[in-house]
Amino acid sequence: MHITAEHVITFIEQVAATIKAQRDYLTQLDSAIGDADHGVNLDRGFTTVLTKLPGVADKDVGTILKTVGTTLVSTVGGASGPLYGTAFLRAGMAMGDRFELGTADVIAALEAALEGVQSRGKSARGEKTMIDSIGPGIDALKEANAAGEDFISALRKGVDACEAGMRATRPMLATKGRASYLGDRSVGHQDPGATSAFLMAQAMLGVVEQL
Amino acid sequence: MKKLINAPEHVVRDALAGMANAHPDLITVHYDPDIIVRADGPVQGKVGIISGGGSGHEPMHGGFVGKGMLDAACPGAIFTSPVPDQMLAATKAVDGGKGVLHIVKNYTGDVMNFEMAAELAAAEGIEIATVITNDDVAVKDSTWTAGRRGVGVTVLLEKIVGAAADTGADLAEVTRIAKKVNAQGRSMGAALTSCTIPHVGKPSFELPDDEIEIGVGIHGEPGRRRIKMVSAAEITALLTEPILEDLPFSSGDSVLAFVNGLGGTPLIELYVVYNELTKILRDRGIRVSRTLIGNYITSLDMAGCSITLLKLDDELTTLWDAPVHTPALRWGV
Repeated sequence: MHITAEHVITFIEQVAATIKAQRDYLTQLDSAIGDADHGVNLDRGFTTVLTKLPGVADKDVGTILKTVGTTLVSTVGGASGPLYGTAFLRAGMAMGDRFELGTADVIAALEAALEGVQSRGKSARGEKTMIDSIGPGIDALKEANAAGEDFISALRKGVDACEAGMRATRPMLATKGRASYLGDRSVGHQDPGATSAFLMAQAMLGVVEQL
Repeated sequence: MKKLINAPEHVVRDALAGMANAHPDLITVHYDPDIIVRADGPVQGKVGIISGGGSGHEPMHGGFVGKGMLDAACPGAIFTSPVPDQMLAATKAVDGGKGVLHIVKNYTGDVMNFEMAAELAAAEGIEIATVITNDDVAVKDSTWTAGRRGVGVTVLLEKIVGAAADTGADLAEVTRIAKKVNAQGRSMGAALTSCTIPHVGKPSFELPDDEIEIGVGIHGEPGRRRIKMVSAAEITALLTEPILEDLPFSSGDSVLAFVNGLGGTPLIELYVVYNELTKILRDRGIRVSRTLIGNYITSLDMAGCSITLLKLDDELTTLWDAPVHTPALRWGV
């Protein structure tokens, strides 16, 4: 199974479409424990990303992902701009000039993205952030891959774990970002960043299932 | 939602154009990336001072660009931190060869975007220092939070540090003074109403008619607790006591007292609050030697106020009194 640069473009387009469709839902989650701008900001960023994709349509995966990253950094703002921007930048750097990705490459890209988010946000698991859905998702993907499962079934397990991680943010106490000002009042609300990360994972699975 | 806007997505740009038209002698507005810079900048041989943050807090920060205060401001979308492109462009625009100080309010997004900009500017050979304001005593400063929010002290710091840069001080000295202002100032706010972000169209949080939120942030973040509406005297005490205890301020101290409106409160009420504040400070033996009363760091249409006390010494008093000429603060010129 190989993922081409073209598939990566389709993945980004799907992410943009999902974010637009879920814009109000993400903003609604954010208004409960943040500042009611997560969906609006990400939608602004990915809408701009869509205008940049034709310019990199014939480029390698690294260039495509880095373009997504720099565009998000330049247009999203808030905390999600630097976090998702860094994630895509680091994934792009890890992929370099490849035009085709195998399973190990996808895992390496995701790990680089997670590492970028952790270092930019100075955050770890259990703090009610996007790391709580991305982290378990990568773990499950790696575990299934190591057990010899094919890529699609391993990715399904990864996305399921990502979703479970997202739901697990509900009872968590936020200790990072604006939700942390609420203290105990942050408990009981699902984290918007963990939710947008899950939506992206779902979009990735959607593309892979079409291969 | 009733607002004096054309369309929610045009509010920031329309307001920037309005500012540019209103104050061409003081500021110039550049677009893509959006920045407000001093009309007569960059000033050679002076440390450049920039700040920025989400829009919706006017006059902060754009209204403080001008002689004796900021060299540039970076306005983000409403309540959303600006992006690194803006801070990088502003940094380059104000660099007069002595380095640039970034004044950042302590919010996760602002800190990360300024951090990325500082990395990019340093890569281009510009010396950068950063000071983070975190004066809101309503937030517990612990490993369990993102730390205290930067609020009212930011306004005072921008004025004082702008004056320090005007004296020809180098970047290290200007940074020392900035850190001192942040260390000696404390704030807390109360909301009588929520606020409405134009593109959201409804209040950020529900606050019943007879309740107020104590310890509110400037983005409609909920505060420490909600109580039934009480008198100005009681609200002033609820805001002032935690400030006094935190630093702590003590008898014999000389302070700058800053009563700030959050955007939807008339000035007459701010003076009622200030009157109550003077009684509390007098009882504690704390002398008010400078004042600032008005709407300077706002939260759109939120009704309410914040109180900031800054402990003054000769150095800070002299810098506070120095001439300033910006759209929103002007004296001595």
